[in-house]
Amino acid sequence: MTAPKFTTGQRVRIADRTPPVHHRVPSYAKGQVGIIERVCGMHGEPEKFIRGDGIPAQRLYRVTIPQTELWKPYDGTASDILEIEIFEHWLEPAE
Amino acid sequence: MTGHDHSRTFQADHPEPTSDAARIGLALRELLIEAGHYTVDEEQVVIAAMQGASPENGAKIVARAWIDPAYRERLLRNGGKALEEAGFDIAPYEFTVMENTGDIHNVIVCTLCSCYPRSLLGMSPAWYKSKSYRSRVVREPRKVLAEFGVKLNEDVDVRVHDSTAELRYMVLPQRPAGTDGWSEEKLASLVTRDSLIGTQRDLRVRCRS
Repeated sequence: MTAPKFTTGQRVRIADRTPPVHHRVPSYAKGQVGIIERVCGMHGEPEKFIRGDGIPAQRLYRVTIPQTELWKPYDGTASDILEIEIFEHWLEPAE
Repeated sequence: MTGHDHSRTFQADHPEPTSDAARIGLALRELLIEAGHYTVDEEQVVIAAMQGASPENGAKIVARAWIDPAYRERLLRNGGKALEEAGFDIAPYEFTVMENTGDIHNVIVCTLCSCYPRSLLGMSPAWYKSKSYRSRVVREPRKVLAEFGVKLNEDVDVRVHDSTAELRYMVLPQRPAGTDGWSEEKLASLVTRDSLIGTQRDLRVRCRS
């Protein structure tokens, strides 16, 4: 089990890409910046699974994104949030 | 049964398949069994477990957390372990519990498909799988919640949890007032399926004779 690349509270950007295989990142979250809410376990990576390359485990995280960043206009308050599970290879450090 | 140790359908009371998708599903099942990936007996164990699952399981966990602060703490920190303590197991998924408070309301969705802690809570409601709920509750959660009868003031934060990968969620609703000294069993009877998803906030204290 490899050490997690990111820690709780760290700012991260979710990659904006669309591989031509099954993947578990909804389009609304692509390119968004959020905060690591928690570091989860290692799980099979869906993109490689679908190509039949085996299922190398990847670190999973929960990422918090303010709703007002995701949707413009957003009908709610500035403290409303969305939390989503993202695999490590979809994340990069954000400023 | 000769040659084959498995019946044509998953369950004897299932009707014969009529759609292509159902036929493909059954053919795939036959191939997996013939190739030795699993046995009919193993399949029946899983089906029985799924049929035994219901929101009542979640209600028991909630009632225990209301009564036992140390259990509540463990449940929020490591849902899977706390679930095992209560005699349940949803491996390989990570069981994750989100607590409602006076100023936080949680709601669960799976925008990509319809992930749900099925082996614990049973089948998800039809609306949970609808495109309308899945697309709207992330975009306009307050409006969707209001349609479910959950009216939230601005001092309550909404937290939408999109179940996109390997975690499975349950909301820990607030314990209703007027239930001091109630038994765990009686408390569990107050908890509804929708309150475990977050489309209900206030639990009603029903009078029971």
